[in-house]
Amino acid sequence: MDILEILRTALQQALGPQAIVFALLAIGLNVHFGYTGLLNFGQAGFALVSAYGLAVTVVTFGAPFWLGLIVAMIAPLVLAVILGLPTLRLRADYLAIVTIAAAEILRFVAGAVETKDVFGGSNGLSGFAGPFQAANPYSKGVDLGIVAFRRDDLWSLTVGWALVAVCCVLVWALMRSPWGRVLRSIREDEDAVRSLGKNVFAYKMQALALGGLLGGLGGLFLALKQASVVPTNYATLMTFYAFAALLLGGAARVLGPVIGAILFWFLIAGLGSFFRQSAGADGWIPTVIMTDTQASLIRYIVLGLAIILLMIFRPQGIFGDRREIAIDER
Amino acid sequence: MRKRLYRVLVALIGALMVLLVGTPGAAQATETPPPDATAIQVTLQDKANKDAQGNPKPIPDVTLEVTKDGEKVGEGVTDAKGVAIIEVEELGEYVVSLDEDTLPSGTALDENTKDEATVQVRFQGPNNRAIFPIGVTAGDQANFGKDLATNLRGGLVFALILAVAALGFALIFGPTGLSNFAHGEMLTFGAVIAWTFDSLLDSGALAGVAVIIAAIMATMAGGLGGYVQDKVLWGPVRRRGAGLIAMMIISIGLAIFLRYIFQYFYTSSTLQYSQYSNQGREAHWYYLGFAMADREAVIVVVALVVIVGVCLWLAKSRMGKAMRAVSDNPALAASSGLRVDSVITSAWVLGGAMTALAGVLYALQNQVNSFMGMKILLVIFAAVTLGGLGTIWGALLGALVIGLINELGPLLFNIPPSIKEVGPLVIMIVILLVRPQGILGRKDRLG
Repeated sequence: MDILEILRTALQQALGPQAIVFALLAIGLNVHFGYTGLLNFGQAGFALVSAYGLAVTVVTFGAPFWLGLIVAMIAPLVLAVILGLPTLRLRADYLAIVTIAAAEILRFVAGAVETKDVFGGSNGLSGFAGPFQAANPYSKGVDLGIVAFRRDDLWSLTVGWALVAVCCVLVWALMRSPWGRVLRSIREDEDAVRSLGKNVFAYKMQALALGGLLGGLGGLFLALKQASVVPTNYATLMTFYAFAALLLGGAARVLGPVIGAILFWFLIAGLGSFFRQSAGADGWIPTVIMTDTQASLIRYIVLGLAIILLMIFRPQGIFGDRREIAIDER
Repeated sequence: MRKRLYRVLVALIGALMVLLVGTPGAAQATETPPPDATAIQVTLQDKANKDAQGNPKPIPDVTLEVTKDGEKVGEGVTDAKGVAIIEVEELGEYVVSLDEDTLPSGTALDENTKDEATVQVRFQGPNNRAIFPIGVTAGDQANFGKDLATNLRGGLVFALILAVAALGFALIFGPTGLSNFAHGEMLTFGAVIAWTFDSLLDSGALAGVAVIIAAIMATMAGGLGGYVQDKVLWGPVRRRGAGLIAMMIISIGLAIFLRYIFQYFYTSSTLQYSQYSNQGREAHWYYLGFAMADREAVIVVVALVVIVGVCLWLAKSRMGKAMRAVSDNPALAASSGLRVDSVITSAWVLGGAMTALAGVLYALQNQVNSFMGMKILLVIFAAVTLGGLGTIWGALLGALVIGLINELGPLLFNIPPSIKEVGPLVIMIVILLVRPQGILGRKDRLG
């Protein structure tokens, strides 16, 4: 048992690109769920359209990189309008079902054999991140003693955490504006807001689009960081990782999703490393109880359990305020 | 209160562990692994001739010869799954040639396919594959009418399985209002429990009826699972006053938790029952003008009996009426002297049992897999949304429509067969746009 190794893996993931991706997704979910009370179970879909927006524009159509970035920004907004139109007037569970279904449709279509010419099938697309990598100003990686990052990771980290910071400031500024106050009052009592003459549907749509755009940035960052898009990355589990991070950190708090994502990846990666060392031929857990393959499943089991227990015992997470969580909606 | 809930949660997990660990050998797949020796694996599939699920049919009894530098080093014959594993001595480049004379009649090599394939044997073990895409051109000449009949049959069977599962969903949704994202895992639960009992029984004296007994046990286990879920998780959560959204998020957590518990004990590979398996050749019989396998006829009959039985029970029995009353207006039902909590518990038991049975039926058609429930969950949602969330008859109607569309979509609407689940999901989104209450739903439920 190598405690230092566990700590190292955990820190690497908690500070690394994975945590950034899920922090961005969770910031988007925070706008939806934390501030407006919308239950979006398809955040992975927003991430997917953004990532594929860039990849398809650049690889399939041969357009320049900057155009790809613009498409990647517009795609989640379009998706938000398409999903919002049928569902935002309905009860919360309709939006949840439709968003999760839409995310799955998008993933099926992107991974299908029949659309291979456009989306690259199950292998996805790559070869679009050249300008991003070329802009890397670092000449070598960094070694902080316990964690080390390679040169390209360091560049991803710089861009990623800067992006997270900008998004946090944006959310902070928006949520203390009159617009943000309307969103929060929609979460508390929709009918009361309507009686004040506000167009609740339009506000919800704007919130859905903004959160979707933030989620899209997460997908875009993932695509740039690994220089490829693969449909399996955008499965429903992606959404629920982000949800767990949000619930852990605390919804309706600006820094809740960020802290949540860091902490969540620290725990998940640490746990994964612990069981990887413990199980298998040279671990202390006999293989009858746990094999290597089974050890890799523990993180998902813990994820499910964490969501259940957090929701029952501490829906406000670490930093949240219980009165601000929109869980008692109709 | 909080402490008690915590204790019962731990008890639930403990019980699950005991239940699952208590079945020795559960983690083993039925498929015996090929020998460790290095080998070339050839799978022959007829792409022009697909079964009800849209998978290409395997081609058995074809002779394959392996040569290296012109010298013959091995020979194999494909088995019922169309797979031949031919051992070779060392790594290197081999040529696999297919004896066209041994192909079954009606199957021909595609014009783009040679009767030879070159295989680089790079790995120790049996995972060196050779590919012969057979019958691609023949596919273009396929008969539309025959395809329609085949898909209609597949669609009918799938629709009935879906109806049982959707009815289970609607039974639970009615009194609790819960859109249960763990419903798919309740379905998987039935399938894996049945597989466990089946593998315990299939070598003993009861081997002849192993799957039937296993299905009954799984249905009972599903009911028990519903009871335990209600008593341990949902009941306490409800009494804490959790809202709709909180319960949905909890159900997502439960779904992920259960899915990977199943994968932990049953692996991610596909398992199959000892009887009624749809691999290999099976006799088809004509029922009502459809060429149906016996297995499919059994599925249809069981599903119909269960659906009719439950619907009659809901319409006539005291408990059924109580259940509908609670679905309609829980507060009014409670003030009329109904014990709402016990009604909800019975809904969980009945819903859990039906869903587990649906899982067994679905596994008879498509094999057992830890992820089967997750894959069908959104189709169930599509069915109940189309019919009208919260209505029993709507769930039935929606399941029939969605089940048929799922199978007929590739043929009628040109949906790529590999992603045919897209059809039902798109229909669900469209129906929410034009008639959000569904076909039979009432508007006041929309919120």
